[in-house]
Amino acid sequence: MNMLLVAEYRQGKVLGNFHELLAFAAQLQGQPSLFIVCDVNAPPAFPGRVYLADVATYKEYDPSSHQKLLLEAVRREGAEMVVFAHSSYGWDLAPRIALALGAAQISEVTAVVDGDCVVPACNSKLRRRVKSLSHTTVVTLQSGAFSAQAPEVGPSTIIPLEIDDATPYTFQGYETAAAGGVDLGKAAVIVSAGRGIGKPENVALVAELAKALKGEYGASRPVVDAQWVEHYRQVGTTGQTVAPKLYMACGISGAIQHLAGMKKSEFVVAVNTDKDAPIGEIADVMVLADLKQFLPVLTEKLRMV
Amino acid sequence: MKILVCMKHVPDMESKFKIAADGRWYDGGDLAWRINEYDEYAVEQAVRLKEQLGNSDITVLSIGPERVKEAMKKALAMGCDRGVHVLDDRPSDRDAMAIATIIAAFARGRNFDCIFTGMQSQDRGSGQVGILVGEMLGLPAVSTIVDFSCNGDNRYTVKRELEGGVRAVVEVRGPALFTCQLGLNTPRYPTLPNIMKAKKKELLTVPVTELAGTGNVQDTVQLFFPEKKGGGLLLEGEIPELADKLIAILKEKTTVLA
Ligand SMILES: Cc1cc2nc3c(=O)[nH]c(=O)nc-3n(C[C@H](O)[C@H](O)[C@H](O)COP(=O)(O)OP(=O)(O)OC[C@H]3O[C@@H](n4cnc5c(N)ncnc54)[C@H](O)[C@@H]3O)c2cc1C
Ligand SMILES: Nc1ncnc2c1ncn2[C@@H]1O[C@H](COP(=O)(O)O)[C@@H](O)[C@H]1O
Repeated sequence: MNMLLVAEYRQGKVLGNFHELLAFAAQLQGQPSLFIVCDVNAPPAFPGRVYLADVATYKEYDPSSHQKLLLEAVRREGAEMVVFAHSSYGWDLAPRIALALGAAQISEVTAVVDGDCVVPACNSKLRRRVKSLSHTTVVTLQSGAFSAQAPEVGPSTIIPLEIDDATPYTFQGYETAAAGGVDLGKAAVIVSAGRGIGKPENVALVAELAKALKGEYGASRPVVDAQWVEHYRQVGTTGQTVAPKLYMACGISGAIQHLAGMKKSEFVVAVNTDKDAPIGEIADVMVLADLKQFLPVLTEKLRMV
Repeated sequence: MKILVCMKHVPDMESKFKIAADGRWYDGGDLAWRINEYDEYAVEQAVRLKEQLGNSDITVLSIGPERVKEAMKKALAMGCDRGVHVLDDRPSDRDAMAIATIIAAFARGRNFDCIFTGMQSQDRGSGQVGILVGEMLGLPAVSTIVDFSCNGDNRYTVKRELEGGVRAVVEVRGPALFTCQLGLNTPRYPTLPNIMKAKKKELLTVPVTELAGTGNVQDTVQLFFPEKKGGGLLLEGEIPELADKLIAILKEKTTVLA
């Protein structure tokens, strides 16, 4: 099967996530080629055909021209599958390609079973097995689901792409989040608060427990969005990536975007009232309890240890 | 200005899910339902845009069975002007392409200046419908926005959220579509007087057959619970006992209490 893998370029760099797309292609025994809009003088190392468009002309974000360029590559390659990362670039561009090709798009693929894709449903509580009914299929792959595979060494064949386009999008540049007061990456213990804390006053329960464990406290996204906790304490894809000796997830369901930021922790304890919360899949210990009752008692006992 | 917001009714994710008899979706019977979280931000942004510009009209649209009317009433109480309920008893049988086709069929010819959707639905989570609608209507569509401003003259400056907290600043000219990410704003709670007022707002029901087009391009073969990976220990019981047990485990398995 001819597959076109879509690599990404941001802030002047080729992102490493296309190595995961390669692992997916290998698992399906497909013949991969690569598409990228990047610096023409620094294409990614890839043994095979690289369809390459100049980022100086088409910008790092411009779904209009990127769509047309990618469709041109799909056509020339006769690709039966177009493979993206399920990322801010991938989920933005993939539906535009799917519609133009009349193709099924299967989002956030975590595995392939007998030719069907498996994707999460209901905040990862469930899984859905999906079959494409179209000639061409577009997939976006969940980050981390296919372990990255470095490309073999070998010569690339660069195929330059150009199109005419009057884009309606003006990309004005990037804004980077202001770096904050604590570096969670250095903490040996992190106690994190999720939406289950219920109200801002309860952040103190988590902060106190963190102190008793000589660690720091963090939070999941809703707690940060509600401005109960500063953004620099957010753990996850759009926050920090941490790997402490102990991570305690209190009132956190375990959405993939949160797990992505903490799954390398050495030991994970979850405190949750829902036995089926997906955090249970990666927790070493799941304490089934109301955090409002459990945390103060635990903190008190730890102070006496 | 004419504004459209798309809204999906989804189960509360803390519900206990059961697989439906056909094995392909969840059983909707005993679940508590709510507005898709991402769509609440979409509704709020639409209302804020109207407050900024004045002289605007917001339509909220939802495809689903009778119960979605409850959620639509909340959107009306938050400040939408009219509701369009596309009555479909089994929207879960339609894939993202089919749902987008219905929304686009409704929007076509109605000249909306600005359309908001959520970036994804919490149950199916395909993250496709918004962008597909934009493409079907030939409008610029920007996904995952965490910041929105309308600078008059139908120009929009939005910030897309990227990985690691970086944002991309993008400008488009309307008519345009935006898919809303968590944290875009703080959705308001409807006040009692607004809840009363909402009862008098128009809530039109359209049978789905009037708008539906193409069939599906994909098929759900099966919905299932992930295998428990095992290994993890479940602690249940009285609070003080749980705390003692956990401390003992931390002493044994980690070095953090040393
Ligand atoms: C593109 C993108 C990027 C994202 N980036 C991030 C990110 O960087 N970080 C992040 O965290 N999220 C991120 N998210 C959001 C993510 O998908 C989830 O919505 C979020 O992680 C959910 O947070 P939560 O677990 O705190 O809340 P919920 O999912 O609402 O879970 C609350 C949990 O608390 C439990 N609970 C309730 N009451 C109690 C109680 N009294 N005691 C104990 N437990 C209780 C419930 O059973 C439930 O499991 C992102 C989403 C998207 C789409
Ligand atoms: N049945 C529906 N009715 C109205 N809007 C919907 C429906 N399904 C999806 N949407 C919209 O499309 C967005 C993305 O959904 P999805 O592609 O399913 O993840 C949602 O946040 C809604 O705004």
